[in-house]
Amino acid sequence: MDMAVEAGVIKQHLIDPEICIRCNTCEATCPVNAITHDDNNYVVRADICNGCMACISPCPTGSIDNWRTMPVVRAYSIEEQFTWESLPAELSPEELEAAGVAADTGDEAGAAPTPVPTQAQAAAEPVEPVFNSAQYGATVPPWSAAHAYTNLFPPKSPTTATVVGNFNCTEAGFDSETHHIVLDFGVVPFPVLEGQSIGIIPPGVDAIGKRHHARQYSVASPRNGERPGYNNVSLTVKRVTEDHQGDPVRGVCSNYVCDLKVGDTVQVVGPFGASFLMPNHPKSHIVMICTGTGSAPMRAMTEWRRRLRKSGKFEGGKLMLFFGARTQQELPYFGPLQSLPKDFIDINLAFSRTPGQPKRYVQDLMRERAADLAALLKDGASHFYVCGLKSMEEGVVLALRDVAKEAGLDWDTVGAALKREGRLHLETY
Amino acid sequence: MSTINYSEKIPNNVNLGEDRTLQRALEGWQPNFINWWDDVGPEGSTNHEVYLRTAVSVDPQGWAQFGHVKMRDYRWGIFLNPGDANREIHFGDHKGEKAWQDVPGEHRANLRRIIVTQGDTEPASVEQQRHLGLTAPSMYDLRNLFQINVEEGRHLWAMVYLLHKHFGRDGREEAEALLQRTSGDENNPRILGAFNERTPDWLAFFMFTYFTDRDGKFQLSALAESAFDPLARTTKFMLTEEAHHMFVGESGVSRVLARTAQVMNELKTDDAQKVRAAGAIDLGTIQRYLNFHYSVTIDLFGADQSSNAAIFYSSGLKGRYEEGKRTDDHVLKGQTYKVLEVKDGQLVEKDVPMLNALNEVLRDDFIKDSVAGVGRWNKVLEKAGIPTRLVVPHKAFNRQIGALAGIKMSPEGRVVNEVEWAARKNEWLPSAEDFAFVASLMGRVVEPGKFAGWISPPVMGINRQPVDFEYVRFG
Repeated sequence: MDMAVEAGVIKQHLIDPEICIRCNTCEATCPVNAITHDDNNYVVRADICNGCMACISPCPTGSIDNWRTMPVVRAYSIEEQFTWESLPAELSPEELEAAGVAADTGDEAGAAPTPVPTQAQAAAEPVEPVFNSAQYGATVPPWSAAHAYTNLFPPKSPTTATVVGNFNCTEAGFDSETHHIVLDFGVVPFPVLEGQSIGIIPPGVDAIGKRHHARQYSVASPRNGERPGYNNVSLTVKRVTEDHQGDPVRGVCSNYVCDLKVGDTVQVVGPFGASFLMPNHPKSHIVMICTGTGSAPMRAMTEWRRRLRKSGKFEGGKLMLFFGARTQQELPYFGPLQSLPKDFIDINLAFSRTPGQPKRYVQDLMRERAADLAALLKDGASHFYVCGLKSMEEGVVLALRDVAKEAGLDWDTVGAALKREGRLHLETY
Repeated sequence: MSTINYSEKIPNNVNLGEDRTLQRALEGWQPNFINWWDDVGPEGSTNHEVYLRTAVSVDPQGWAQFGHVKMRDYRWGIFLNPGDANREIHFGDHKGEKAWQDVPGEHRANLRRIIVTQGDTEPASVEQQRHLGLTAPSMYDLRNLFQINVEEGRHLWAMVYLLHKHFGRDGREEAEALLQRTSGDENNPRILGAFNERTPDWLAFFMFTYFTDRDGKFQLSALAESAFDPLARTTKFMLTEEAHHMFVGESGVSRVLARTAQVMNELKTDDAQKVRAAGAIDLGTIQRYLNFHYSVTIDLFGADQSSNAAIFYSSGLKGRYEEGKRTDDHVLKGQTYKVLEVKDGQLVEKDVPMLNALNEVLRDDFIKDSVAGVGRWNKVLEKAGIPTRLVVPHKAFNRQIGALAGIKMSPEGRVVNEVEWAARKNEWLPSAEDFAFVASLMGRVVEPGKFAGWISPPVMGINRQPVDFEYVRFG
């Protein structure tokens, strides 16, 4: 019996009888025999299902992927499920509370019911102040994050790393070339966690003869290295060829880094960052929202989870990714992303400049996936990470706010909790 | 042993590399398979890149990997579910003995026949569907058709592997013959009647994948119980793929019904001609297609009394559907089962020995499953407020095999004379005019997210992709 059951609440796995075609694949696949059927429906035994998700990807219809937060005592029995013609609605926050699922425990069920503002309250509210997305960003890490080392090599005393890999991780021939760089530290201790960044000092001096200052890049590799067991890190660096106004400009450090050859050495400072860190708790959910090189920390977190899962130390925390680029060709890591199992990560890609297609931004996709995001917003184990261009931040946080509101949640309460509990992190540039 | 070795010429998880003779034999068969695919596989699709599901292992995480692949480059191969070294035979005269890893001499001919018959259906359906790509109602549907085609091709591989591995020279000859017969060929047809019928249009395709691939589910389920362990493991894995085929059929007909109901509601009519004029398929035509495909498919289960069926069961070659879940003695001697016959112009039931009626038992299991799905179709009409309901015809309707073969019968199960049959046949089965009408709707729609006017879009895309995803890239 898992922890959630002991806590009196479960995420009950259910099959949508309106979509299911009764093909028996799920029953044949389930490793613990939790699925059975009668002449009418295929159903899941709540007391046996361990949420291992083995049945999810083989289902040809998608009917298998339905979950309801339920007090254990009220979990739907298989007899009840046999009679269904459609799935029952989610229990309301009031019903959950009445069943003893406390509103403020932030437990596995994520039942954080907050009263829906009444019409009168809403009307009495003053004109909404200007929305400031940055105020919701957390300054503390998630409670289960590992301890981060920072500033081991401050700008005044950098260390040296050797380039052991450099390749273009976007489709060649496009203006916005993005490189995947691997740096090796040899025997110099340089511990980093997913979400941290390091600084690189380009050689030479600037126009007025001063030494270049360090440019910061998020680490794209997980804590045990780009190559597990080696003392190396990877970065995702976009070659800057124009400034924010679109005027041609040659980025000093990005061009230096993108042109590095294997065997070259670079001056590195850092690591930096102590709050944009991933939760270690194996049941925590991670929602990642990024554009372009903002994908670096997302890649790091995803890869760490993937390695954990491979070693069996992963307990079903969800990964959801919203990734935006102008075109598919400009999306870093597009190929590797495609090969990740669907039951491991829920990938949503937005392209804003695909010829002949309407522009789509990450926040558009978030609104489309409102049902799933709302469920995650209600879950105290969910963590949200936003990284990429500054211009995305407000749209993303507004989308989260709207999803919360539509789901009957009070955004001020939810947003404050996300910030306080280190569960919403914004890193934009 | 769940990971599939894709580095070999023939991807497999059966250690093919360790059996050089077998490997050479299969590598000899492979070019003929590719030639067959080029000759009678999906027409005009050589350069398409299709968003296909390919297995990289047979465990839940690995067997549904999606990506754009040219069908000709699809990694057809040999994938068996993991085995259990201690598995016991759980029915028939050998109950309690250890399952066979090799073919016992006394059952060799029967097993070969079962495998050849199953194998023959797989390429047949590819042949039957080869023209459909030219008239797909959407890119989404086109992708589903092609997914089914490549998997039917792989199912052929599955049976050919068994023939090559376990049946020596005659197995190799039978494997060759699977590529030489052709659906509907006058001189060298496929073994079973339904697989020589045409699949002229997409409504027929959806009915075929609903009913006939469901026959596949029941036949494969019965074989998955087999005492011959390699057959059981092979068919278990095939069943996971078969599910998608049935899904295409069930959701396909559902979407046709949804569109028809929408048109009927918009026009506020149940007049078939008005519905047709609006470019949707009237419910009468859908019912007639259903009658045809249902009756042709239930013939696939064979004669209602069969000594072969008794032998196959008692000798442990082929079990019943969900044999392991049944609570009887799994030997079935001295038990009886009711089958139908016509006596004095009336349908009557009679008791026959259960073992001889096992085809009928499997047919009845299939019927129960099919009827439930037709009920789900009716929910589409119910939700749209349309009072018409689809029904499956009587078991004895339009049968060509067994005691009921050739008996003229109305869909409700009333024996009729030749005159009435001739007069009303077009009410009960699709007429030339019905086929011509449905054919007239079969234009090609392959722009992402667009759908032909006679069918609704699906509820969700494949593999959670959006409905307007580029499922096929045309080369």
